[in-house]
Amino acid sequence: MLCKLSPTGAAGPSGKLLEQSEKSVSAPRNPVVVVGAGHAGGTVAALLRQYGLTEPITIVGEETIAPYQRPPLSKAWLKGEVDADDLMLKASDFYRENEIALKLGVRAVRIDRDAKRVHLNDGEEIAYDTLILATGSRARQLAIPGVALDGVQALRSIADAEQLKSKLGKGKRLAVVGGGYIGLEAAASARALGAEAVVVELQDRVLARVACEALSTFLQNYHRARGVIFELNASVAAFEGEAGRVTGVRLADGRLIDADIVLVGVGAIPNDDLARNAGIPCRDGVIVDGDARTSDPSIFAIGDVTQRPLAVYDRMHRLESVANVLEQAKQAACAIAGRPTPPHEVTWNWSDQYDLKLQMAGVAFDTDEILIRGDPAAAGFAVFHLRGGRVQAVEAINAPPEFMMGRQLIAAQRPIARERLSNPAVSMKDVGA
Amino acid sequence: MTKVVYVEYDGSEHVIDVKPGYSVMEGAVKNNVPGIDGDCGGACACATCHVYVDEAWVQRAGVPTSMEEAMLEFAENVEPNSRLACQIKVTDTLDGLIVRLPESQH
Repeated sequence: MLCKLSPTGAAGPSGKLLEQSEKSVSAPRNPVVVVGAGHAGGTVAALLRQYGLTEPITIVGEETIAPYQRPPLSKAWLKGEVDADDLMLKASDFYRENEIALKLGVRAVRIDRDAKRVHLNDGEEIAYDTLILATGSRARQLAIPGVALDGVQALRSIADAEQLKSKLGKGKRLAVVGGGYIGLEAAASARALGAEAVVVELQDRVLARVACEALSTFLQNYHRARGVIFELNASVAAFEGEAGRVTGVRLADGRLIDADIVLVGVGAIPNDDLARNAGIPCRDGVIVDGDARTSDPSIFAIGDVTQRPLAVYDRMHRLESVANVLEQAKQAACAIAGRPTPPHEVTWNWSDQYDLKLQMAGVAFDTDEILIRGDPAAAGFAVFHLRGGRVQAVEAINAPPEFMMGRQLIAAQRPIARERLSNPAVSMKDVGA
Repeated sequence: MTKVVYVEYDGSEHVIDVKPGYSVMEGAVKNNVPGIDGDCGGACACATCHVYVDEAWVQRAGVPTSMEEAMLEFAENVEPNSRLACQIKVTDTLDGLIVRLPESQH
């Protein structure tokens, strides 16, 4: 069901919503509008209903598909282990049954904060009482020749993933530009599908921005043993092609890497223009408080698009993870529904590559010590990042206890006994005791 | 479709028709059952889908993998019938399955 308002704002939503509002004639209708139909937008709308909110809710999204989970796109979905239906965040009739209007295939172009209306690119305006920005982030583009060639792509949406998947298979050659998590996951999935994979990375190691050297080295070795080729310290000069279709990646040193498909995974940029143009303070993301509220009390922002407080570290940061999405969706939904603010969470993320389960918690801000527990050669170990003897972050590889207790240690922020933490013979339960 | 009964901590019951092949976690999350978060979407990476399987169903629900056991060990208020709902695949033999939800998923 689409929620349509006339430009004058006089008409109400159609269907059941209208019947409901007619029943409670005197009650003020306080529409909630969610901009962005991704994991964040779908989750916050569902939570608002779960928390008993009866006001009209409209989700506006650019993609023509209901909210879905993106993490499997580079993992299980790419390998064909789950299908599109499995990706969907909610059951197909969920939005109708919960009177959540999905307005898909349109883009919000302007927020009129004085009139409390969102302008869409199809000319429509939607009135809001509460606005939630869940516009996410977009893939950073490279400014080099050949980026517009067919077969040079990012991996953000299911459309991207379908395009990538259609080009992968036995004997195909994937070139990944950027040794981040998405690139590594795609390389692992490509290998599982029988394709060749080359990862080109500007730094001297993969995951240079987000992981420590021990983990980078371990992962490089693990991928190499499974046929992935790494070009480190390598800068891409151009993408080359024939008849408009990519055929290779030209490195700055002149070498050409042949490729049937190129995945560019060099980071993401928050889609905060809508907020910035409306005068809401942004700095690499929309600045929000611990309730996910922006400087405008009627406007919330959640997910990748936000610059948010991290209570454990007492600083602002922008995160890109499902855990962040869910935490902020809860914060916003609680604030809007009049529930108490949910407890702070330690941020975390995960990655699947081959038979490896990577679980990361916390952020390694200004750390002064690294402790490795377990044996990287045995593919079961954890890296703890400490500051002043307190655990700030953990990266666990096939090591769930280290990850689970690591989260608790990060939350507690008390000094840790190093010799116990680094000794795998001492159980993590005992380390945390 | 397979019926799964989710019982919230406060006793509220949700009887959900879950597509065979889905996990017990997916059945809850896709239908907005409160009390199961399923943050990681079923990758056995987060332990936010902790449930207590009704005693009559424990055997049919199967045996947890070592990964699941390791995750569960650090969940709160773990009991012998604790499972991660993302690791229980719904099949015809689980028609009528009853799971109870903990107070919170942290």
